Amino acid sequence: MSRIVRQLGLFFATALFVGALVVTAQAKDKVKVGFIGPLTGGVSVNGIGGRNSAELAVKLRNADAKATYEYELVVLDDECKPNVAVQVATKMAADKEIIAGATHYCSATAIATVDIYHKFGFPIIVWGAVLPDITYRNKYAEVHRVNGTMIDQNDVNAELISKLGFKTVAVIHDTTDYGKGHNAYFSKSLAKLGGKIVGTFGVTSDQQDFTAELTQVKALNPEVIYFGGLTPIGVRIRSQMDKLGIKAVFDGTSGIVSDAFIQGLGPLAEGALAFREGASTEKLPGGKFFLEKYAAQKYDNPPEAYGAFSYAAMDLILDSIEKVGPDRRKVIAELANVKDRDSIIGKITFDDHGQNTVALITKYVVQDAKFVEWEDSEYASGKRKLSGQK
Amino acid sequence: MDVGLLSQYIMNGLMLGMMYTLVAVGFTLFFGVLDIIKFSHGDVLTVGAFTGLATYIGLRSVGVSSTPLLLLAVLVVSILAMAALGMLIARYLVLPLRSAPALNTLLITLMLGTVLREMVRLFYPQGANPKPFPALLPTDSINLGQFNLRLDNAMMLATGVAIIVGLRLLLNRTKLGLAIRAVAQDEETARTMGINFTAVVLITFAIGSALAAIGGVMNGLYYNEINFGMGLLLGVIGFSAAIIGGLGSIYGAILGGFLFAALQTLGAVALPFASAYKDVFAFTVVIALMAWRPTGLIQEKISERV
Repeated sequence: MSRIVRQLGLFFATALFVGALVVTAQAKDKVKVGFIGPLTGGVSVNGIGGRNSAELAVKLRNADAKATYEYELVVLDDECKPNVAVQVATKMAADKEIIAGATHYCSATAIATVDIYHKFGFPIIVWGAVLPDITYRNKYAEVHRVNGTMIDQNDVNAELISKLGFKTVAVIHDTTDYGKGHNAYFSKSLAKLGGKIVGTFGVTSDQQDFTAELTQVKALNPEVIYFGGLTPIGVRIRSQMDKLGIKAVFDGTSGIVSDAFIQGLGPLAEGALAFREGASTEKLPGGKFFLEKYAAQKYDNPPEAYGAFSYAAMDLILDSIEKVGPDRRKVIAELANVKDRDSIIGKITFDDHGQNTVALITKYVVQDAKFVEWEDSEYASGKRKLSGQK
Repeated sequence: MDVGLLSQYIMNGLMLGMMYTLVAVGFTLFFGVLDIIKFSHGDVLTVGAFTGLATYIGLRSVGVSSTPLLLLAVLVVSILAMAALGMLIARYLVLPLRSAPALNTLLITLMLGTVLREMVRLFYPQGANPKPFPALLPTDSINLGQFNLRLDNAMMLATGVAIIVGLRLLLNRTKLGLAIRAVAQDEETARTMGINFTAVVLITFAIGSALAAIGGVMNGLYYNEINFGMGLLLGVIGFSAAIIGGLGSIYGAILGGFLFAALQTLGAVALPFASAYKDVFAFTVVIALMAWRPTGLIQEKISERV
């Protein structure tokens, strides 16, 4: 070999050697974590809010010099459809590089995928779905949830209705597992308190026209219409109620706690009831911190009702990986021992089914185009009255 | 069941039938003229509704507040815009594919429909959420027992009837209508007779899309709410209605539209606490009807001479 070639060769080898030393000294191991939510479709605002929140948790962790690993977020869209959710869940769980995931806002998708996560041994923390069966139908070590279930929500709902003196309720619910769950638990809770359900109507989750069901409801003349379903059809039902001249109180669940509900209805949203696990984001222990950091990232969409839970779920996953390393089985074992863990949503404790015991339920009423907590509202103090309230 | 309740059901059925008919007539026109199924029709309806909403918001923000003027502007802008969109689709997507199998055109327009729907969702601000549509018609109503007769519903029903009658007159009493019917019967002969084929096709698409725009605005006025997915189910139902009635016949589309609405309302009434199954009921009856009369209830009187 000629002298020049040898010299060049030596030069490059040294550069490579030094470079490699520098890079390995500075590089952290890359670890992948996952997020699944409805990024398209009628409830995409909630999915996008959740995704932004999870991304925020990952970004803040990567900016932290004390973190052992560098995290990469893999995002998949379940479209709030069970058949799509099963596909994306399989894709994520089968990818051995993804260690754990924060999954699902829609109950219909979450319940469809629990078996897949168990089969692949993929640890997940649910951040938005409220159907109790997700954690309670089976005892899967992989499945956890940071938000509450709909059982407590509907207990509090039935209590408030009875306390306000309403006796007759018509139930409209969507025919997915989410709506059917709400129907089952609310009917049970209301029956215990002596209320009467005058009729139950199942509707599809993308139905446009409710005049047929609402005409029958009008004939039954209930004081309250309980709605177990999500915002898109909640908006339609409420506005068509007005078209048909139905004056009952619109009583919803966590599915309608969304800015989209108020924007879609305008003044018609006034006086609608809703319930949700946990507290409003501002009132959570870490709420202000979360909202500040979220605003600093200048996302196009707000975190919506469950953004804080998505952040908490992702943060818990990152904490676990920091502690035991990027190993699925070790993360599962670590998550089994979560007791009184501090987070922005308060203390998290997983019971033997992986369910966080969040006992607090917040009651909301829409007042002046905002979801106001019931106790703080003018309806509770008597200054304003719900339709038909004595 | 008391008279008031029955009247309410009938009114609901009529309004629903009117919406379906406007979509079905579009499908029938396109099939009649070019023997193609343009599956993006439902989504053109959605784009028309959103165009109307955008016009309303734009005019309100510059200070126009006269309701009749707003209504007129909303209608005119969405009709013209959708007519233009229809012509563009015809010129650049449908006409070049005329010699391809009809299935290809169906698939391509189906995909175009998805593109339109997703564009509304992505590019309209907060497009994924349902949007309130302003109430531009007088909202007075007369209460007759259980039946709430609303003035705006009556006006919309009358407008729908007027449009259908107008379309019939256009097709049967004008030279343009004659040209459209000629092209529908036999393209080659029509051309030899000196009819400008491309112009007629473009005009037919413009008319059909204008009907979709009117349907979209009517939908918005009736439900006071529009969302990016509204065209999907309407397209499927409109298409089914056009098929049951007999593809290619305007009367068939009308019959199919009202028949489907009647089936849905009947299903909701007859299965009171299982009204989730009303669509199952309606579509099952449609399947049965198609098995009995495959070419539709009003059969095409023209048979092809091979």
